[in-house]
Amino acid sequence: MKVKVISRSADEFTKERSQDLQRVFRNFDPSIRTQEKAVEYVRAQNAAKLDKIFARPFVGAMEGHIDSISCMAKNPNHLIGIFSGSMDGEIRLWDLASRRTVGRFPGHKGAVQGLTVSTDGRVLVSCGTDSTVRLWSVPVSNLLKEDASSDKSAQPRETYVWKNAFRSVDHQWNSDRFATGGAGVDIWNHNRSAPEQSYQWGTDTVVSVRFNPGEPHILATSASDRSIALYDLRMGKPTSKFIMRTRTNSICWNPMEPINFTAANEDSNCYSFDCRKFGEATCVHMDHVSAVMDIDYSPTGREFVTGSYDRTIMIFPYNAGHKREIYHTKRMQRVFCVKYSCDGSYVISGSDDTNLRLWKSKASEQLGVLLPREQKKHEYHEAVKNRYKHLPEIKRIVRHRHLPKPIYKAGKQIREQNESQRKKQEKRKAHSAPGSIVEEPLRKRKIIKVE
Amino acid sequence: MLSTFSVSRILFPNIQSLGILTPKLLNLGPYTLDFTSSGRHMAVGGRKGHLAIVDMKTMGLIKEFQVRETVRDVVFLHNDLFFAAAQKSMANILMTGRYPYIYNRDGTELHCLKEHGAVLRLQFLKNHFLLASINNFGQLHYQDVTMGEMVGSYRTGIGRTDAMQVNPYNGVVALGQSLGTVSMWKPTSSAPLLRLLCHKGPVSAIAFHPNGHLMATAGKERKIKLWDLRKLGDEPLQTLPGNAKTLDFSQKGLLACQLGNGSSVQILRDLDGNQTYKTYMNHGMVKGFQIEKLLFRPYEDVLGIGHSMGWSSILIPGAGEPNFDTLVANPFETSKQRRESEVHSLLDKLPAETIMLDPAKIGTLKPERKKEKPTKQEKVAGIEAAVEVVKAIKLKKKTKGRSKPSKRTIKKKELIAKAKSPFLAQEMKEEEQVARKKQKTIEYVETPTSLLRFVRKKATA
Repeated sequence: MKVKVISRSADEFTKERSQDLQRVFRNFDPSIRTQEKAVEYVRAQNAAKLDKIFARPFVGAMEGHIDSISCMAKNPNHLIGIFSGSMDGEIRLWDLASRRTVGRFPGHKGAVQGLTVSTDGRVLVSCGTDSTVRLWSVPVSNLLKEDASSDKSAQPRETYVWKNAFRSVDHQWNSDRFATGGAGVDIWNHNRSAPEQSYQWGTDTVVSVRFNPGEPHILATSASDRSIALYDLRMGKPTSKFIMRTRTNSICWNPMEPINFTAANEDSNCYSFDCRKFGEATCVHMDHVSAVMDIDYSPTGREFVTGSYDRTIMIFPYNAGHKREIYHTKRMQRVFCVKYSCDGSYVISGSDDTNLRLWKSKASEQLGVLLPREQKKHEYHEAVKNRYKHLPEIKRIVRHRHLPKPIYKAGKQIREQNESQRKKQEKRKAHSAPGSIVEEPLRKRKIIKVE
Repeated sequence: MLSTFSVSRILFPNIQSLGILTPKLLNLGPYTLDFTSSGRHMAVGGRKGHLAIVDMKTMGLIKEFQVRETVRDVVFLHNDLFFAAAQKSMANILMTGRYPYIYNRDGTELHCLKEHGAVLRLQFLKNHFLLASINNFGQLHYQDVTMGEMVGSYRTGIGRTDAMQVNPYNGVVALGQSLGTVSMWKPTSSAPLLRLLCHKGPVSAIAFHPNGHLMATAGKERKIKLWDLRKLGDEPLQTLPGNAKTLDFSQKGLLACQLGNGSSVQILRDLDGNQTYKTYMNHGMVKGFQIEKLLFRPYEDVLGIGHSMGWSSILIPGAGEPNFDTLVANPFETSKQRRESEVHSLLDKLPAETIMLDPAKIGTLKPERKKEKPTKQEKVAGIEAAVEVVKAIKLKKKTKGRSKPSKRTIKKKELIAKAKSPFLAQEMKEEEQVARKKQKTIEYVETPTSLLRFVRKKATA
């Protein structure tokens, strides 16, 4: 009598030769695997812990400068190179992979205050406190070769002397014009020894200038009269301006959403603005405890890196009020400039202790070529961690960062101060006529006047 | 149609090597058995001390040995390398050791778990790596077998019980009591999660459906009842006649139980999926064989029967899950795969706190609890404590006639009144709120029409 029962032949389920792959059979019936949610939760916990174990963000330091680094520039056409300028006038081109100097551009007599590269990567523009603007031709072949024997110094192509010291420079996209900030905003051309146009709004020095990546004629500047102004080169006059409570040290446009820009301010916050609406900030990013010196966006437009006077670097998501990541070392002193690498994986910081430091933007990322299985595993860990990251145990692990004592204490103090201000405001409201005290949101509070 | 292997075919170990001359024991007691989760290996324990591991694919004996003690229960740990046996020493009257022992695949005794006491039943919780045991005093012990930590030991208050089963869906242990209740336990609380009155007599066996919704209990009053665990009520889903010492659900939901007086097996099945079980198959064995344990083999259409003369396995079409998942349980595991899966399952080991009746609650947020108001006693205690503190303050002694006793007492009274005032203010506020609420409710009471002429209208400003 024939009876139908399960019969498995070993051939299908075992491998024939030792070099064959083992076959994997799947059955997604939930009744053969129990307590899936709890297993997922445990896996999320393990993934968060592993993340912390593998978090080694510091890649290396690039030494060579003999004075503090004041500015950096990245070449949009070559991912590996980065330019840095220091307070004693030395400009160097670094190769990030080997972390060595590949080119030197000597010539500036005083501090180099601004560096920028033209969009095709051929011309490096630098400006400094010696009131000169120098144009250098970038040696493309040097970036490919790595021999130390070749002569690394370069001669400047042009040197333009002007009337006042310069504070910053930025190059227009897809053009041969660049803007400098000093006593006012000057628009230069590569081939002219005097600026084509000059703008002046108020009498204070312009501290930083940035061209918009999407709309090449729009320029944002910040000045030491605590204002941020927008200029349109086609119109020949400044467009709009607003004044804040404290000075903005640096501005960066969001490369993916060029209507938004973020300003790094002296009051240790960063403010994101929509350039069409200057009355209020779209987001306030608060976590630094001292003045934010520089800011740069990631090429994805989803996060930005800030370097601050409190010796730390923080990475913020573009729309969140608090940091995602903080990097600090005992050896790194005041950070004056930061740059996000053009592939979005690294962050470079230049600081007071004459070193450039290379950091990973995702601290526990595995560098190098990943096998597809490894890739899948990393993706799974990310996904399962994100699913449960709001739960208290996992949130604690994910959020935890070791802070240096001064930062920790300063942060605590700031929080206490804010808390006491808030309580006082609440009590004032509670003891006055309802509606008589109107509290402005933080995004508006910091803006004094819009012109 | 049947494939029966009886124990007498397997060669006994050389008992002479133990130094004792004993006659060949054909009758080594009723046998209990356990399968690994992939169904590949089986551990067999005879009551008279015969322990063996059998590879079910090749029907080859891996190891068998005699422990010369009464063995009450055998259970595999996370894979076929380790199994635990609940033993009682009968050799020496002075040394009454009744402990579970953990053995290796080679028969080496690895651990003697003394804290568990005289264990009657053992169960292994696979996801949590917990070995649960119930002993003859009714104490329930949970031990973590990875590090050997005793996670919980509780006096259940049940008395001696033989019925113990783990619900694979949520990891709770169900114990059947001689009064007819089934209680469910978790390792982090000393009180049971749930108590169900199931039978009029003692509960003799419990079994859980793998999807966690059905529970079958057998009582000594010859009834088998099926309960729906999601909707626990007074009435079972179904009551069947049967005198069962052991019950088991297969992966596909077939229920195996005893029929009559112990030597025939009945298999029940719900055809249409609406949880009404009807007879599917009956199997009668040689009369006189007393069935000790029924256990379905995972991923095969086989039912293993442990009885007084050995163990048998019979074919039941439709019992097992035909498609296995390699990452969950692989019957064709190589040693490399076994090692890897051991490490992965250790990494995914669930903490003992995740055992709860509804496992879907993990990952959800707890609903916010409203702040509880302090009771009257607490309020009074609070006031008294504040007053005590104030009384202990020593007032400064003033000179030039300013510290007269009358002034001092007045000052003290003021301080006490000041200390009491916040509590009294709080009380007044609460009373005011209550009064306001009462007023609101009173306003809506309608007066009957005949009395309307006497209602005084409020003066409207």
